[in-house]
Order: sequence, then structure tokens, then C-alpha cells
Amino acid sequence: MTEKQPVISIRNVTKRFGNMVAVDNVSIDILEGEFFVLLGPSGCGKTTLLRMIAGFEMPSEGQILIGGQDMAGVSPNQRPVNMVFQSYAVFPHMSVADNVAYGLKISGVAKPEIRTRVDEALELVSLGGLGQRMPDQLSGGQRQRVALARGLVMRPQVLLLDEPLSALDAKLRAQMQFELAELQDNVGITFVTVTHDQDEALSMACRIAVMNKGDVAQLAGPSDLYEHPANRFVADFIGSVNIFEGKLTVDEPEQAVVDCPEVGRVYLNHGVTGAHDTTVWVAIRPEKITMLPAGKAKAKDSPDGHNIANGQIKGLSYLGDVTVYEVRLESGRSIRVSRPNLSRWDQEDFSWDDKVSLHWHPTSPIVLLS
Amino acid sequence: MNLFKRAEIAPLEYTRRLWMRAWIAATLFFLYAPLLVLIAFSFNDSKRNIVWRGFTFKYYGKVLENDGLMAALGNSLTIAFLATVFSIILGTLAAVMLWRFRFPGKTAVEGTMALPIVVPEICMGVAMLVFFAKLDWPTDLPWPLNLSAITIAHITFCFPFVAMVVRARLAGFNKEQEEAAKDLGATEWQAFRDVLLPHMKPGIIAGALLAFTLSLDDFVITFFTSGPNTITFPVKVYSMVRFSVTPEVNAASAILIFLTILLTTVALKLQDFTKATA
Amino acid sequence: MQDWKQHKATFASIAVSPVLWLVAFFIVPLAVVWLYSFGRNVGLTEIDISGTFSNYGRALEPLYLEIFGKSVAVAALTTLICLIIGFPIALAITFAQPKWRPWMLLAIMLPFWTNLLIRTYALITVLRTEGYVNKSLGWFWEGASSLKVMVGMAPLSTWEPLPLLYNNFAVILGLVYVHLPFMVLPLYAALDRLDRSLIEASLDLGAGHFRTLTQIVAPLAAPGIISGVIITFVPALGAYLTPDLMGGPDSQMIANVIERQFKRANDWPFGAALSFLLMYATFILIALQTLRNRSAERRS
Repeated sequence: MTEKQPVISIRNVTKRFGNMVAVDNVSIDILEGEFFVLLGPSGCGKTTLLRMIAGFEMPSEGQILIGGQDMAGVSPNQRPVNMVFQSYAVFPHMSVADNVAYGLKISGVAKPEIRTRVDEALELVSLGGLGQRMPDQLSGGQRQRVALARGLVMRPQVLLLDEPLSALDAKLRAQMQFELAELQDNVGITFVTVTHDQDEALSMACRIAVMNKGDVAQLAGPSDLYEHPANRFVADFIGSVNIFEGKLTVDEPEQAVVDCPEVGRVYLNHGVTGAHDTTVWVAIRPEKITMLPAGKAKAKDSPDGHNIANGQIKGLSYLGDVTVYEVRLESGRSIRVSRPNLSRWDQEDFSWDDKVSLHWHPTSPIVLLS
Repeated sequence: MNLFKRAEIAPLEYTRRLWMRAWIAATLFFLYAPLLVLIAFSFNDSKRNIVWRGFTFKYYGKVLENDGLMAALGNSLTIAFLATVFSIILGTLAAVMLWRFRFPGKTAVEGTMALPIVVPEICMGVAMLVFFAKLDWPTDLPWPLNLSAITIAHITFCFPFVAMVVRARLAGFNKEQEEAAKDLGATEWQAFRDVLLPHMKPGIIAGALLAFTLSLDDFVITFFTSGPNTITFPVKVYSMVRFSVTPEVNAASAILIFLTILLTTVALKLQDFTKATA
Repeated sequence: MQDWKQHKATFASIAVSPVLWLVAFFIVPLAVVWLYSFGRNVGLTEIDISGTFSNYGRALEPLYLEIFGKSVAVAALTTLICLIIGFPIALAITFAQPKWRPWMLLAIMLPFWTNLLIRTYALITVLRTEGYVNKSLGWFWEGASSLKVMVGMAPLSTWEPLPLLYNNFAVILGLVYVHLPFMVLPLYAALDRLDRSLIEASLDLGAGHFRTLTQIVAPLAAPGIISGVIITFVPALGAYLTPDLMGGPDSQMIANVIERQFKRANDWPFGAALSFLLMYATFILIALQTLRNRSAERRS
């Protein structure tokens, strides 16, 4: 396979609103044909970045290239990108077909061609036959499909989607996640989506840029973000996690030990980068902790007294597929443990105030330097 | 940093575009230049010429010595004050009535209440003239009773404005507050006084300001209801303007402009204050 | 909302004074005028309400029809000019930075709070023959003249002050000056309600600003534009002061004719008929607007 070309290059882009820095010296390359997601909490600058690509905001500093061309001074109506707005922005005074045809009419496409392309686009988003409806006769999900069709029919180099699913109810959202990913696969157009919803990002994206306070905290594929977060922000933002502060006491090529006052000595069977005796953080996902009745735990593949902790169950919430336990450790710190409900009968193995032992595999902990 | 290097103009930043700024500037110039010229030349030490001949307060002195003008100003302020007080009461009652009750003929009452706002001033002035003539309304009463006809006319066109503003404010009232007051033992009247009235206050203040300005400004309706002994300020200025453009008229006008600006400022401050305490 | 029957005493104590006031000092006076419009003068102050339609008949004479037509034309032109000036202003306020918006609104509103008579007077002082506009134009004229002399050409003829006052031009200018805020505020309210992403979507799909304005903004802001037009047109149609002070002998509008019947010609029945014709015209416009709004509400 040949190396994919970046269709969008964001180079050292900074955006200030007055004294507020919304986007801080961000550089990202978005590749041809990928489903790229900008993920982050509200106010992290992700929407501003998307709007700068579309041309609705101008970078204070830096460059944005689309298809190798510098976009400075190019107004939104001349950029080879189209946008699906958070509010969908379906023109309420035009029928569905007129909405989808709007951009084509402006670019002077011949009438017969407009009709076939509009029909195709509506078919693509499963709105075939609804062309004559007015937007106020459509459901929220259908309106969103109109917005999608309106963008796709222009055959842009990149389709930008601003929180495309946030206005839909939970069930519809789950369904649309799959449909969007499938649609992107079918049309082969690069999608750049902004979302604050990690599930949405993980399920749809090829690559995700996690943003925090105007910075890119990490840019990686979904599983890498989850299993190899680069810092505490990403570890905490994606999924659920227990984070402990500690000192790096053993730091060898094949093994490492972090001494955490709250949870004891954490052993890893691989080396980590980081200076000896510096403060680091250890992150352990709840599902990667094994819980046994007190005294039964024995951490395999770890030195004695490592990767093991004792405590008492102080809370549990039954979520159907898993049960999440809150265990108070001897240090007073609480830790979260989740157990899959594999059988229909073993849910009552553990209960409030049970004394338990926890242990985890030496590959489970993640050492974070920041 | 380069002084000329500014961020590009985003598509919807219309106010940063040069033609738009020029348009705004031209419009504001059109709106304000005549008023500023008028104020400036009320201080000009020259009788006719538009050339600046030095600063003087003497026309203000003349205005203050002009008994007819000062009496007219006194009349105007008295009428505005009375009209405001009555308009607040009537307007608030009307707003509460329309907001709270369902009753037969409500649409008709609502429509009629809006009429004084939309009826051309000249028609209303004519109606008042005819009405007071028909009643043989006495014109030789002692001050301030001789202002009663004008005051009644002013109340009639002011209180629907107060009703409109207060009703808009009432639309945002959470009725559960009143129910809570009653649940805690308040009577109908106590609930009104302690819960509803404080909520209406910003609306009432805004309505009062509107009524006062409308009354102080009105020329056409007053023109038809005033007699030789009941000249208001605008009517007096009108008769002066008809004859000539003099610095004295400028000074009198400037006084009224300052009064208006003062009132608006006070009202804006008051509204800020009520907003801050609400 | 409560039913009045369940709270008769409260309802009566609240309703009685505003309703009585409205009937006594508004409905009754209008009713008297209405009755007079079907009457005729007998004697100097005596009016006999005979049920005649002759006053309305007289209003249809070419002389008065022409004045009616002219009033409508002047008001319409005023409204159009206000719309052309006001739309970009409303647009600018809508998209200005939030911290600037209240100040821009205040700047537009402040003249509106100033006395109408004084504003008209101020305009007269700058427009009159010795006023600033003519003086500045005169200076430019003389400047151009001496410039021509300097390059060896014949000087311009002597400056004749432009007749800026006491004509139809002055009336329209004065009406625009006075009514501009009426137009800007409803336009601003309508544009402010508009979802910005609709405009952005149009630009995103390749439309230019002008096309976006005509195809997206104008249709969606139509209710605001129409109410701005009516709010401006209605008072302009019934304007009295501006044509009276700034107009010439041929720029009388309908309100001036009405005033003359009452104050000078002393033909109250005819004046009454004219004022009711003006009122009917106003009512029809406002009723149309209300109906439109109702049907728009029902649709959404």
C-alpha cells in the first residue's frame, strides 16, 4: 500500500479570541479517505479548529492547507470542503430536495444532472422518496440525513461534521454511529468529525485527536488511545481509570517498579521511559483488576508484595453486563474494579463490606509521565 | 509585531468590513450631526450666522428668563409626571387582567387596548379635540386643573404602552412562586404584593420611563387639546420654530435633549440595578 | 389562567378602571368623531348627524384622492429608504461582538428618545439656505471654481444654494430621519433570532454573500422585515409635523388636510371622515400583519 497523502495539513495554527487562546499552536495532518475525529471536552478548541478548516474562523497564526493549497484568503464558499452543522442548518423554507440541490444550483450544474445527483444522495442516506417534504415534517434524525446528503452531494474533498449525533436520542445515536462509518467507507470521502462523546469517537474513527485546552493531547487510533494513553488527561478522558501517584524506583530495560503510597508497589514486566526517582503516575483500568475474597489473591508473574492490594467493598453498581465495585484500600484510597457478569448466578459473590484482595497482571498498569 | 498584520476577516464579521463601517458611520452622522450642530450653536455668540463667534451661555439665560417658555416647561413636566403615575396604575392593572384571567370578549379588549398605540396621532388628537369640545370641558380652571384635558389625553395613549411592557415581563413569571406564597399562608393580596409586584418591577420602571418620555415628547395630540393658557413645551417650541431659527430655540431644545439623555441614563442605571437585585 | 367567574371580586377590582378609562376617553371620543363623519355643519358650532355619506363622497374627489395617493407614495418611499439604510445596520448589529451590541442599539435608539419636534427642527437648521449643508457645498463649489481658475479655465458660475427645504425632498428626508429606528429594531430582532449556521451552511455550499442574503436571510427574516415595514409605514402615512414644518405648499399630506379641517376650515364632519379613512387604512395594514403572524405561528 502506498503512503497516504495528507488532504488537510494544519500547521502551527493558533486562534485567539481577545485574550483567550482557543487553539494553541496545533499541527495535524489528516489523511486522504480516513475518518478523523477531534475529541475533547467542551471548550477545548475542537469546534474552533473545525470552523477554521471550513473557513468560518480565521487562524490568528499558522496555516491550513487543503489538498496542498494554502487556504488563507479563501472564503468558505470557495473551499473544497462541506460541513454538517450541529444544528443541521437545514433551510426551513426549502423542501428536502431543494436543500440538497442548493449547492449544486449555485455551482451551475445542469438541471437533469442535479436531479439525478440529488436522488442518489437522498438514496444514499436512506431518504429516497422524501424529496418533496418540508424540513418541519421530518424527525431530527431525518433532518440530519438531509444535512449529510446536502454536504455529500457536493462531492467535497472533505466532509466536516460538527457534533453530528449530539441532538439525537441514545438509541438512534448508536445506530447512526455505524451508519456514518459505513457511509464514509462507501463514499470514500475524508470525514472530519468533532465530538465530545468518547464512545462515538472510538466506534467511528480511524484516528482520533484528543484535544485539551487548545492543545492536541494525543493523536492515535482508538485502541492505542485506550491501551496506551500518553498522559493522565487522555487516560482519564477515554474510559474509566484508577490513577495513582508514585515514584519510579526500579527502571530497567525488562522491568520497572513504581512505588505508590496509596496502592503499594506496582510491578511492570517491561521498561518505561523516565528518570529514576521522578514522580510518575500509574493508571490501571477497572476491568484489568481481578478481585478475590480476602487472602485468596496471588499476583502471578510479579515479585512478592507487588501488584496486590487489600480492601473492603464500599459500593457497587450493577450495570447489567458488568458490575462496578468501589473498594476502599487500606491506605484509605478508593479504587474502581469492574467484573463482567459472565453467568446469570454469580452476581452475589461480593457484597457491601466484604473484605477482598485485588491483583493485576504486570502488563496492565500504564506509567504516565504527565 | 507588525501593525498592519491583522487577522483575516471571518465571513460573518460584517462589522469589520470597510464598506459596512462606512455605512454605519454615515448613518450615525446622518442621525447625530443635526442634533450636535443644534447643541453646539446654542452656545454660539452670534445671532444669525452659522460661523462660530465664541462661547456663550447667554441664550440659556434668555431661555430661563422667558416666562412663557418656562411656564410651558413646567406644564410639560407636570403633565408628564401625572400621566406617568396614572399610566403605571392603569397599565399594570390592565396587564394583570389580561395575563391572569380568561373572560368573554378578551380578544376584543386586547385589541382595543392596542389601538391607542397604532392609531395615527392625528386621529387621536382630533378625537380628543372633538370629545372635550362636546363635553364643554371647562378651560378656565386654576392651575394645575386646567391641564386636565391634556393629561387625560396623555394617559390614554401612554397606559397601553405600560400595559404592553408589563405584560411582556409577566409572561416570564413562574406561577408556582405565587402558589408557593399562598401555600405558605399568604392571602391573595399578600401574594400579589410580595411576589408578583416585585417580579413586575423592572417592567413597571421601563413602562414608566416610556410613558414619561412619550408624554414629554408629544406634540400632535397636545396641539389639539391645548388652549391658550395651557401651552406645553413642544407646543411652545413649535410656535417659535414656525417663526424663525434662533439660538434661543437651540438652547431650549438643547435643554430638553439633556433632560432626555439624563432620564435615559437614570432609567438604564435603574434597570441594571433591578437586574442585579432580581 | 383563571376563569373570571371563579374570582369575580378580584377580577372586577382589577379590570374596572383600565376598561372604563379606555371606554370613556378613547372609544367614546372616537365614536363621536365617527358619528360626526356622517353629519353636516349647521351653524357655527352645531353639527347635525344626518347619516349622510357626502363627507366620504367629498373625500373621493380628485383633489383629496391625489393627496391620499401622495401620502401613500411618500410613506412608501420613506419606508423603502429606511429599509435600504436600516438593513445593513441591523445586520451589522446582529453580527457585532456581543460587548458592542448594546451600545450600537443605544446609538440607534437615542435619537428616538429625543423629542420629534426638536429632531425636525435640528434637521431644518442644517438644511436651510444658510444651513451647514448648503454652506459646505458652497465652499466646495468655490474651491472647485478657484481650482479651475488656477489651471487657467473659466470659473464656475456663482453658487446658488440648493433648495433643500420646503419641498417633497425635505419631507421624505425628514420622515426617514425620524423613522429609521422604527425600521432597525424589528429587523435586528428578526436577524438576531436567525440561526447563524443557516447562513454559514449557505456560504459553505458555495453561495456568495449576496445570494445568501436574497435566498436564505431575506425569506427567513421576512416576518421581521414585514413588521419593520408596517411599523415604519403606518406612522409615516399619518405624519403631521414633518410635512407641516419641512414641506412646501405642494407637499401636504393627509394629516395636514385633516388638521386644516379642524383648526382652520372648521369643517369638522369632513375632517372626521378623512381621519376615519386614514384610520381604516391603518387598521387594514395592521390586520393583514396580524393575520400573517397568526398563520405563521399556526404553521410552526
